[in-house]
Amino acid sequence: MTGAREEILARIRRATADLPATAVAVPRAYLRHAPGVDPEDRTAVLDLFAERLGEYGAAVHRTDAAAVAPTLASALPAGRAVVPRGFPAQWLADWSGTALADEPLLTREQLDAADAVVTTCAAAIADSGTLVLDAGPGQGRRAATLLPDLHLCVVRADQVVSAMPEAIGLLDPRRPLTWISGPSATADIEMIRVQGVHGPRRLTVLLVEDSDVSDA
Amino acid sequence: MRTALFVTCLNDTLFPRSGRATVTLLRRLGVQVDFPPAQSCCGQMHWNTGYRAGTARLARHFVDVFGGYDAVVVPSASCGGMPAEAYAVAAESAGDPGLVRAVHEIVPRVHELTTYLTDVLGVEDVGAWFPHRVTYHPTCHSLRAAPLGERPYRLLRAVGGIDLVELPAQEECCGFGGTFSVKNPAVSGAMNADKARHVRATGASVLAAVDNSCLMNIGGRLAKDGAEAGRVVRTMHLVEILARTPEDGPVPGLPLAAEATR
Amino acid sequence: MSRTFVGWPAFPEAAAAATHDERLRANVTRATHTIRGKRARLVAERPDWEDLRDSAAALKDDVLAHLDSYLLQVEEQVTAAGGTVHWARDAAEANALVTALVQATGEQEIVKVKSMLTEEIGLDNALEAAGISARETDLAAAIVQLGDDLPSHVVVPALHRNRAEIREIFVREMGRHGRPAPDGLTDDPPQLAEAARLHLREKFLKARVAVSGANFLVAETGTVVVVESEGNGRMCLTLADTLISVVGIEKVVPTWRDLEVFLQLLARNATGERMSPYTTTFSGVTPGDGPQTFHLVLVDNGRTRALADEVGRQALRCIRCGACMNICPVYERTGGHAYGSVYPGPIGAILNPLLKGPDDPQTASLPYASSLCGACNEVCPVRIRFTDVLLELRHQVAEGDAAVKHPAEKAALRAIGAVMEHPAAWNAAVRAAGTAGPLVPKNRLPGPLGGWTDSRSVPEIPKESFRSWWKRTDGGTR
Repeated sequence: MTGAREEILARIRRATADLPATAVAVPRAYLRHAPGVDPEDRTAVLDLFAERLGEYGAAVHRTDAAAVAPTLASALPAGRAVVPRGFPAQWLADWSGTALADEPLLTREQLDAADAVVTTCAAAIADSGTLVLDAGPGQGRRAATLLPDLHLCVVRADQVVSAMPEAIGLLDPRRPLTWISGPSATADIEMIRVQGVHGPRRLTVLLVEDSDVSDA
Repeated sequence: MRTALFVTCLNDTLFPRSGRATVTLLRRLGVQVDFPPAQSCCGQMHWNTGYRAGTARLARHFVDVFGGYDAVVVPSASCGGMPAEAYAVAAESAGDPGLVRAVHEIVPRVHELTTYLTDVLGVEDVGAWFPHRVTYHPTCHSLRAAPLGERPYRLLRAVGGIDLVELPAQEECCGFGGTFSVKNPAVSGAMNADKARHVRATGASVLAAVDNSCLMNIGGRLAKDGAEAGRVVRTMHLVEILARTPEDGPVPGLPLAAEATR
Repeated sequence: MSRTFVGWPAFPEAAAAATHDERLRANVTRATHTIRGKRARLVAERPDWEDLRDSAAALKDDVLAHLDSYLLQVEEQVTAAGGTVHWARDAAEANALVTALVQATGEQEIVKVKSMLTEEIGLDNALEAAGISARETDLAAAIVQLGDDLPSHVVVPALHRNRAEIREIFVREMGRHGRPAPDGLTDDPPQLAEAARLHLREKFLKARVAVSGANFLVAETGTVVVVESEGNGRMCLTLADTLISVVGIEKVVPTWRDLEVFLQLLARNATGERMSPYTTTFSGVTPGDGPQTFHLVLVDNGRTRALADEVGRQALRCIRCGACMNICPVYERTGGHAYGSVYPGPIGAILNPLLKGPDDPQTASLPYASSLCGACNEVCPVRIRFTDVLLELRHQVAEGDAAVKHPAEKAALRAIGAVMEHPAAWNAAVRAAGTAGPLVPKNRLPGPLGGWTDSRSVPEIPKESFRSWWKRTDGGTR
């Protein structure tokens, strides 16, 4: 298909021959932080994050490092939950369900049959109530956070930035990233929002507020 | 200071009362306005339909007719916007750099009427009296292409006796669009029907705007609907309201504002 | 073969039929008004909205000006990350490429994420002709596919359908393509969504090959970005062994960081959300996670034609948010099918003629499918000046090289223009109009003006023109 490649490139060069070779100047006057929030005011940033998640219909539990295990146990029904490698075991200490390790890799059917998946995340964005998973430790591969119907994500307060421009630089684009803003949803029928289609229909977030000090 | 009235071809032939009202109002405000009779059309119909050569010829004609004036006042936002928005492109398309220069030279002196009143003359209260219920439709051109902003509302609010009511969904196009209404009559008619419905819902006796083209469109529908409903909402260019004084009294045949609000 | 827009009537005819379809009108009006309100609230939340638009427009202009080098960068990065890059000049070439790639896997049924480009090139039909069933998994796209229908909106392709119609389609069609609709299915939206979940879940679990489009393609890193709501995108992008992403060459953004602009604009402007529920970004292949074979098919199909148009090329900035159609008073009254393309509304009115050339009556009618009200200009996240492009395209249709001409219209405007340019002739014409006033029919104007009077009274022509009054009264002084 070299023919197509060369021809398309040649067409582009002909089409843009009238344009200067220099780069177009790009203004960047937009905000670096969430509007109306001082990014240094951690309480305000976390409040915004919790509020925005709540608006999507996600359940938010604010807790501290010492109380993650009991909070998780109360937020996650007993059942079969996928637990990726690197997810701190002590957080599951009070939970009475069955942990499924994804090693060896669970089949799609096994993932589909699981009741839940628990993960950490790579970053979170308060302004849009977004969790970003990069398949790093504690986050699992992408299929594992997709097929179970409940996704519980533990977010450390120091992972929460106020807005997208702060997050983008923290993430590695060469990793597969999943940006999650609330549970799966659709508005394809008469523009009425229906929560829960193909992805997890329930999203639960544990926000660990003093995590800058201690990582569990 | 030589000031010319560019009345526009539509007003000249179909809405001369708007032209006369413009003359009356400007005189009252101390402006001696001239009417160069060689004027014809701004070329908007040609421009909007894609005929740039024809637009360029009318641009040349406009520049020839009005080039000697210090100010050109136009009682239409869309026609008044043509020199600034279209003439240079049309002149370039016609390969006429002299016309391009002439256009750039004349554009700052061409003023849509309400802008001329508020920004050049610096008036809002023009001493008008109009004791009727009025609603105002911001035409697309006056709303978006060359935004007049609050100017028409400020002028209307200063009118004595007026009962100015807000038009619902006012920012929606009436469906005229020049040749659009001819090429796509069904869609245009559907848009117009909604606009007319909103106008009637205000209970206003008069619909005002700064473009008689749009008013002709909406008015055609209002007349048809009104003939069925037994009550026609009249359309009037804004200047026809601004031109009336207490000495003129109420407009014969129109309900008084107090009655209208009943 | 499913329905296509091939041979569709010109806009005025299709639009006239649509305006008389009351159910369609009600569906489209409700949907567009809902989405407008949501968007307005979310946009108002951003004090820097205009700044984001400025950045997005400039970034896209930079991409378009240097598209050759950016595409080579994409190719290099995707290849380095374990993907394979293909180039397709047109729809036929793209369809043949994808068909061959699917055939090489031996699969007969594949899953698809909604992609307007694959709708544009008719990929589903091409695959079907090769014996491959491509199942649409986005709820709206699935409604369109199951109903043997055509998309009417770039974000919500089934926007023209209401819940009762959707239920009827599901009950009738799902069983023919897999798991049937649940017994006793009502038209309650959550129930309909659940039916789609059950119907498609078995397809996701089985699928070995998926086809997607992309919202953005990052040149710097070779990253593909897919924004979606339901999780069907994640299913396709994650569960398949082989992923084929079919992407228009204009989808590039220069750097990873530039996504901070587009991801903040897209969902707000498209659906009135701060972010869509799911955004997936990936670069090539990740061992042990997701598809292990990745093909990127870069498609021209007229984009370089549009790029050569100095005024029209700005249409290639488009990020397919659909805001222009949501705000458009014409689209609101016709729905999307009237435009005869998968790209309806204002963007369709300019993009289709730019991609295809305004050389046939249908495409040439599109630049006139607008009252030039300019509402689309105001909501466009990449600041496309729709009205400028529409006027340019009208000029090309009227006076350019396009095959479609309007000889009668041209002659009429030429004749009117000739009169207007000559004061004596114009004076006489204005006077004649006043004299002719009483002769004008009151109910229906003749010829092409007839449609105008279907819904309007004919304006009265006053006996005395302004210029006659001015002359008679010496400018109102006598």
